[in-house]
Amino acid sequence: MSQQDLLQIARDAMAMAADIGLADVAIGLSRRRFLDISYRDGKLEKIQESTSRSLSATLYHEGRYSSSSTSDLDPDALRHFLEQARDLTTVLTEDPYRTLPDPTLYAGQAEVDLDLEDPDYAALDIDRRKAMARALWEVASDHPDVISATSGTYDSFGESALLHSNGFEGTSRSTNYWIGAQVTVRDEGDKRPAGSWWVGDRRHAELPDPGGVARKALQRALERQGAAPVTTRRGTMVIENTTARRMLSPLMSALSGRSLQQRRSFLEGRLGEKIGADLMTVTDDPLIPQGFGSRLYDGEGIAAKKRSVFDAGTLNTYFIDTYYGKKLGVDPTTGGASNLVFQPGTMSAAQILADVGEGILVTSFLGGNSDPTTGDYSFGIRGNLIEGGVITAPLAEMNITGNLLDVWANLSHVGDDPHPYSSMLVPTLAFSDVQFSGLSAEETAPEVEEEPKRRGRKRKKS
Amino acid sequence: MSRRQFVGTAAAGAAILAVPRFMGKNGLAHAATDPGDNPFFTLFGLDDALLNRVMGRAMGRGGDFSDLFFQHKLATWIGLEDGDVNRAYGQVDLGVGIRVVVGDQTGYAFTEDLTEQAMLAAADTAAGIADAQAGAPPEAYALGPVADHYPIDMPWSEVGADRKIPLLTRMNERCFELDERLEKVSVWYSDAESRILVVRSDGKMAGDYQPMTRLGINCTAVQGDERQSNGANLADRVGFDFYDDERLEALAQRAVARTTVLFDAVRPPAGEFPLVLDAGGSGILLHEAIGHGMEADFNRKEISIFSEMIGEQVAEPFVTIVDDGTNPAKRGSINVDDEGNAVGRTVLVEDGILRSYMHDRISARHYELEPTGNGRRQSFRYVPLPRMRNTFMEPGPHTRDEIIASVKYGVLAETFTNGQVQIGAGDFTFYIKTGYLIEDGKLTTPIKDANIIGNGPDVLRKVAMVADDTRLSRGGWTCGKNGQGVPVGQGLPTTLVSSITVGGVNA
Repeated sequence: MSQQDLLQIARDAMAMAADIGLADVAIGLSRRRFLDISYRDGKLEKIQESTSRSLSATLYHEGRYSSSSTSDLDPDALRHFLEQARDLTTVLTEDPYRTLPDPTLYAGQAEVDLDLEDPDYAALDIDRRKAMARALWEVASDHPDVISATSGTYDSFGESALLHSNGFEGTSRSTNYWIGAQVTVRDEGDKRPAGSWWVGDRRHAELPDPGGVARKALQRALERQGAAPVTTRRGTMVIENTTARRMLSPLMSALSGRSLQQRRSFLEGRLGEKIGADLMTVTDDPLIPQGFGSRLYDGEGIAAKKRSVFDAGTLNTYFIDTYYGKKLGVDPTTGGASNLVFQPGTMSAAQILADVGEGILVTSFLGGNSDPTTGDYSFGIRGNLIEGGVITAPLAEMNITGNLLDVWANLSHVGDDPHPYSSMLVPTLAFSDVQFSGLSAEETAPEVEEEPKRRGRKRKKS
Repeated sequence: MSRRQFVGTAAAGAAILAVPRFMGKNGLAHAATDPGDNPFFTLFGLDDALLNRVMGRAMGRGGDFSDLFFQHKLATWIGLEDGDVNRAYGQVDLGVGIRVVVGDQTGYAFTEDLTEQAMLAAADTAAGIADAQAGAPPEAYALGPVADHYPIDMPWSEVGADRKIPLLTRMNERCFELDERLEKVSVWYSDAESRILVVRSDGKMAGDYQPMTRLGINCTAVQGDERQSNGANLADRVGFDFYDDERLEALAQRAVARTTVLFDAVRPPAGEFPLVLDAGGSGILLHEAIGHGMEADFNRKEISIFSEMIGEQVAEPFVTIVDDGTNPAKRGSINVDDEGNAVGRTVLVEDGILRSYMHDRISARHYELEPTGNGRRQSFRYVPLPRMRNTFMEPGPHTRDEIIASVKYGVLAETFTNGQVQIGAGDFTFYIKTGYLIEDGKLTTPIKDANIIGNGPDVLRKVAMVADDTRLSRGGWTCGKNGQGVPVGQGLPTTLVSSITVGGVNA
């Protein structure tokens, strides 16, 4: 099935929809071929290769709304599917806010080549992928402390088409390649800490050297040996660039049109206000060549544009689609972020550590959650102590807890090193005055009855 | 009806209506013993000769065993927002996943196109993992009996959306009646039915009809300048009659109470404290602290913290932890696993001693044991892996009142949103959405939003008291592993962990 076939199936489905009385319709078609190889302990562990496809029909029928998808593209099955989708829509309540987007928003797509497709994709054979997985494994497992190492390659070739009955027609193609390894090493007692490292690119030829990738996975596992919690404290938190986006993503759910309209956003009514420190400048940029979140149009067909989300801490954009825009009585922007670019600073990670002096470096998160209505968060962390401006003992089994508004107001450093393997391009970040939970200060605290009670009385209602 | 016609209409969403054989008290779990009258063959357009050809291709380069996993799934979501039931989402999924296994190596491919040509191509791809002499595929396949843990009166595909809509409207109205501080209510409903057929190279074949439904409420309430949101949900492998007055009323009450309690809630203090886990959803502790680490794939690879602990005393003698696929109508129950194995009750910890891992076929062969019926997958697009079903702790010797009274200062965890674990290091977390402080043996101030972090074996040793009130969670939990989500259940009696790190805020 070629790109042209994909578009033709979408056009046929659109004609079929019109034929059964569906006037306002969006048809989406996607097809993705992927190959997933893992290699473990000296041999191939798994090879999976398949092509998946899906058609979605979003109906705005007699003022009512539904969206359905199917993996069966047989024409007879499709007609029946559309009839079923129509009948499902008919029993719903009318919703005057549900319409296809204003067609004027389709216009003005950027005239750039996003360069999302690797022209060499078809020429890459399975033996080269297997050889790469083996090469990764050989380096990742090359240490006496390694219990087991699993390496892998994953790549996909995706095509999509989107058609709206009020005039939008778009297609896109993209490739993705990921390589990496996970390594488990011995430690004291029964603990078997693991570390992993994965990198991706739109082009196979531009992937980093597998040896370096595997060495980093091994190193990240070895760095976990002997990790233990330290005492509960308040202090500076430096978050490694590889995982700093974890503090940014909870803000995004509070910026969505649905959260705002459903009164579940602590950022409601804050447009134009200062939310974070001056160092916080974030742009949604859909037009970065080869970007993991790049696109010419969004999920509704609206032409993609670069937008300032935060400028020196001031909130400039909500992410609002057509439906919630109408419900809120505002113009839609876009329903979701593309590439979120955190404006880099000038200091290296090492310079930030040196400047911070004492604190905790977070190298990965474990679990936790946040409340988009209040901004309250609590996350598990792993990382290292920072002492005398350098990384020292590995730590684990600790939490950070607070409110996102406080965290972002306390942003103190921004690194020059955005992590490139994500659609969220965030550098090393440092925040002051963060609450860490770990061991009780007194070794015997759980047995001391008076101490915890005093702590309890100190609690204030928020 | 020709094969192609049938597949065409089946995929369209309601064609099951055209196959009266699928109806009946027991779904279709016991529908056919005569191979000439196999409803799954009709559904997927199969016969022995076709299966023989596809299986022959899968075994074409050898391999220890091969299986074909056929699935047809229909799912419906309906949503209420701002008082109106004004959105619906439908999904039709049809396909087959083909697996070839050599030792612990797997070749896998799926196709959403059930033509012979497409299935043969997928079989060739999966066969690529092997490199030996071709195996001989069975010429005939016998549909074996499976259990019947979730009989329903009427398949979901026969329950019209018009009957479901009043559930959502009723929940919305009831929530607003219950508390005048409510500002927004949204209600979401879903049901799904999945028909699966596992065909194996040993000639065995097993089919199942797997129903699922879920109803959830999100509330936002306002008090003065403060706004709070929370919710509750309900899920099981049941039919439409599950939604009776009592369950619906309890759900609305839970959703509202869990939201409005947040106005009085504080962040707990930071540090190590005794933690009392409320009966029910607190089973998330077991899921993260021990469940994942006992999945046998991690152990055969020796990358779990529990890899060398079988037979060891890991908890007090009153601690017994099981993973059970047979609990009637529960979310994690299955009549047969996704590799066609019988499903039972697997004792992970018996009287404090670590007893058994949870196995799929690959790990069972590795350990030379029988599979435990834990081989599960998200859909035909994924390989099966050892996964939990309903994981819970058996009742213990203490009472809830006794446990709470024993705590001078600590935290009671009542509701949860999510958890995570590192299999090898053993560190795990779960997030408490609501709970209470315990002061001098009594529940006092409500608490909210605290991540709990601990180490699995360490926390098992610190399980100091276990009450007699084991309860399975009512909520709809989905477990994620290697990018695959499967429905699970979890449960716990009221339990005391003597000390654990609470993500809190100190003054």
